[in-house]
This record gives sequence, C-alpha cells and structure tokens, in this order.
Amino acid sequence: MDGPDISVDLCGVLMENPVILASGVLGETGPSLLEALEGGAGAVVTKSIGPSPREGHPNPTVVTLGDSLLNAMGLPNPGMEAYAEELEWLGRGSEAPVFASVFGASPDEYAEVAARLAPLVDGIELNLSCPHAKGLGAEMGGDPAMLEQVVRAVVDTTNLPVLAKLTPNTGDIGALASAAERGGASGLVAVNTLQGMVVDVEMAAPALANSYGGLSGDALRPVGVRCVHEIAGMTSLPVVGVGGISNHIHALEYIMAGATAVQVGTAIRTDGPQLLGRIATDLRDWLVDHDHSSLADVRGILVGGGHR
Amino acid sequence: MRSRPVSITEMRSETPTQCTIVLDWEPEAQPGQFVMVWLPGVDEVPMGFSSIGPSAAITIQRMGDATEALCALDPGDRVGVRGPLGKGFELLEGKRCLLVGGGNGVAPLVPLAEALVAKGCRVYSAVGARTREELLFIDRLAGIAGLAPEVATDDGSQGHHGFVSNLALRLMDEFRPDVVYTCGPELMMRKVADACWERSIPCQASLERYMKCGIGLCDACACGRYLVCRDGPVLSGEHLRGVPDFGSFKRGPSGVKVPFAAPGGGGSIGIRLRSED
Repeated sequence: MDGPDISVDLCGVLMENPVILASGVLGETGPSLLEALEGGAGAVVTKSIGPSPREGHPNPTVVTLGDSLLNAMGLPNPGMEAYAEELEWLGRGSEAPVFASVFGASPDEYAEVAARLAPLVDGIELNLSCPHAKGLGAEMGGDPAMLEQVVRAVVDTTNLPVLAKLTPNTGDIGALASAAERGGASGLVAVNTLQGMVVDVEMAAPALANSYGGLSGDALRPVGVRCVHEIAGMTSLPVVGVGGISNHIHALEYIMAGATAVQVGTAIRTDGPQLLGRIATDLRDWLVDHDHSSLADVRGILVGGGHR
Repeated sequence: MRSRPVSITEMRSETPTQCTIVLDWEPEAQPGQFVMVWLPGVDEVPMGFSSIGPSAAITIQRMGDATEALCALDPGDRVGVRGPLGKGFELLEGKRCLLVGGGNGVAPLVPLAEALVAKGCRVYSAVGARTREELLFIDRLAGIAGLAPEVATDDGSQGHHGFVSNLALRLMDEFRPDVVYTCGPELMMRKVADACWERSIPCQASLERYMKCGIGLCDACACGRYLVCRDGPVLSGEHLRGVPDFGSFKRGPSGVKVPFAAPGGGGSIGIRLRSED
C-alpha cells in the first residue's frame, strides 16, 4: 500500500489497518463479518459467543440518544456449535483476521468456548464487561480476582492471543488491567459500554425492557480515551481502544493516548460497515498531511507523563 | 430516533385472527417501510403499514403474546412508535404491476397499490389465505385498482383451491406484468421470485425477520448478506437471487437458523413475527 504505514501487529495478528469491527455490532452471522471485512476493516470481532444458544433480552433492546445509544441486547448468540458454522463459512471467503468474542458464566465456560472457536479464528477477545446480562460479563469482569482466573483459564487452553475487554463500570480500571496481565492476557481492550438508564416520560416506563443498558457512541469516547490512557501508561501490553469512534480524528485520540488499534461499533448504524475502511483511509491521509510516515509516529505520544 | 407515543383512534377486526390499529399519526412513510411498535411491559415488534396518510394504520396477525396484546387495545390507548424504518417498495410509473399477497402480507400491498395507481400503473393482484374468512383487504384492493383481486384459499372455500403462488404463476402468463410485488409467507414469495427469474420479470419482495434494534446494528434480522431492517424489508429479486436464506431459513432471537415450515405445515414455530409463515 502506498503512503504511510498503518498496518498493525496486534499480539502477532497482522492487520492491514488498525480499524476493527467491535463486538456486538453485526457479527452474529458469517455474512455480516464478511461485509465488515469487505468494507475495509483491518480485523473483525464476533458477537460475544457463549456455550449454548441465548435469545437475549426482550425488546425494546436499544434506545438512540443522538450520536449515542443505550442498549440491552443481553448477549444473544446462537451458541458455540452453531456459531462455528458461521466462522467456517467465513473462512472460505476471507483470510483477514477474526477475533472471537467469548463469554461464559465461569472460567471453565470461557475456556470451553474459546477452545471450541480457537481453530477457526486468529485471536480471542474475552467479554469481561457486558454490563447488562446477569451473572455474566461485567459481573465477573468487575472483580479483579475473578477476571484473572478467567484470563488464566483461557490462556491455558489456547495458543492464540487472548485480549481482555475491560469494563469502565469500575472505580479502578488499572486494577482490572493489572489482573488481566497477571492472568497472562496478550492484550487489553478498553472499554465496553457504560451502565445507564433512559426513562420514557410519556410512557412512564424504562425505555429498555431490561431497564438498564450500556451506553455507547459519542458520549462514551472521553471515558474510553481516559481509560486507555491510564492503562497504556501502566502496562506493556498492547491496548485496543473502543468507545465512540466515528471518524479518524476520534481514532487518533485513542492512538495518541496509547492505543495500538481501535474498534468501531455504534457509528456503523448510520454509515454502514464501509465506515471502517473510510476511517482507515482518512487516517492514512491525515498522516500524509502531517508528514508522518507511520502510525507509530503518533502512537502513545501522550503516554508517560502527567496522567496519573 | 426515539420511540414516541401515539394514540389509537380506532380498532378494527379485519378477520377472525387479524386486527387493524388506526393511529393518530401521519408518518412520512413509503409503502413497504415498517415501524417498531412498542407496548411497554410487553414487547416492541416490527409492523408494516396497512395505511399511510393522515391516519396511519397497522394490521396485525394475532399469533403470540405481543400481537394478542396489541389487538386487545382500545381507542385512546397509546403505543410507542419508532420509524418509519427501512426501505420500501420501489415505485414505477405507467407499468403493469402484479401484486401477490399471502395472509397478513396483503397489508403493505394496499398502500403500495394506492401509490402505483397514483403513478399511472395498472394494478392486478392475487390474494391468498388459508380460508375465505382470513382473506384480507379484498374490497380495498378492488376499490383502489378498479379490478377485483384474484383469490386463492388453501381450503378451497373461495377462489382458486391452493396456494396463491400457483395462482400468481398463472396470472404472470395471462397479464404479462412488467413488475411483480410480493409480501407473505417466504416459501410463497420464493416460488413467486423463482417464476419471475424464469420469466425475466423484475420482482420485489417484502421480507420478515425477527428484529431487535431495527437500525442496522445487531444483525438479528440477517438474510444472507442483507439486513432486513437496513437493506429491506423490501429486497429486489435481483438482490435475493443467490441468497441461500431466502425461502430456506430465517434466524431466531439467538441467531440460530430456523428452517421455514413446508407449505400447509402449520407455520407457527414459536417465535414472534410480524405475520404468519
């Protein structure tokens, strides 16, 4: 590719560009993962997959708030066996990197799902942070000791890179990052959605059937950038930034704050998955305009001072 | 867009299992678009418009908790509406159009017929149902098109004895339509689309999938490489050709593939949908 180098080596997974489809958006089927890759994503992360089929919460499951969104999907997924078929289908159509997002109700369940999907993907992302499914996700990933156990159980079961996706619903995300590092994670992903609630005043009812949901989109970005900045300054692990990115400037915020790569989710609702490729192209153009030859020139330039 | 409350101005019983909710709402909707209808504490479900204009209406097939609850509402009650969403039918001018509707799928074809007639099209229609009591909007279509719909019933109680897809094939050869529009059980639409492909007639089909977000994010309504909420619900025959899902399977709320029941095999598979299958 001509121009500045924006390729990324994320824990040994080589990507043409640093823009990744975030988990939870599209990604429940092979064709939508392929659509994101064809749209220019450097890599994709699947919907979070558990051991068995799960329907998720009843509708309404989303409420839009301008450029932000509150959702309580409730981890719907077809289960690892049915999902393996989606990944097999995808594997016949694409060689671009795929991360499987995995969740479970115990360290063993996480490991079981990771082991089942590992032969079909390039890396594992642990959903330790879904804020709106009881007993799962953040309920486990908010406790550093439990998080460390989950990471270790999965690391022990696969040779693939294991990324731990952290919750911002904590007073100390540094403690979660450290726990993931102790457990043997290859990288960190920050952040998942922030817990919230929207009331429909006219209906006098919560706007979501689950009452509580996770906030994503524009409003989440400052929270995500701050979390990435903190954990990038305290660990040697690569950090993937996610939360509220809808253009290359937002991506650069995360990258300057220390992110190796970024994930995009909510913004896809308006622009479709072609947005992923557009952000990568605009990122390259920005580097040209600013006389940089590589993304490495700006990565982490804000890390290492005055942020603790 | 956020869901907003609208009042019900009228409730109508259309058939023993279908009701119409008339809303105090004038959406800027195209025929074939849909709306997410919310009943707090019950569900939020996608519904096509059976009337567009100053009093938008939705016509519901009673088949589960949400649809039963909607049909039990009274004038003055409120529902939340999020929409119009998705892409509707592409309207052509001055063409010979054949509309093929099965069961509750006839509903969105009524505002379509109105729009086509307004564009100088000649509108023929074929309407099917299980029994004569379940035939929907025969009189409305006749009034709009100036021509009574051809009718098929599964039990032979009125019109052609058999599936409306078989009737539609005959009409394609008799009327030689320039375009075919269809909405109804997917196996029926697949047969209609196959016949259109064989005859090189463009067609448009309005699909139904289990929906959650309705705005192209969650992938619940995937049909091959298309999202029914974002790319549809109306997809062209050209797009549908080569989509393995079409007429073969849909996805349940978990994303698991659910095969379509064979014709006449009942069709209720226990998940909430907009119309019968």
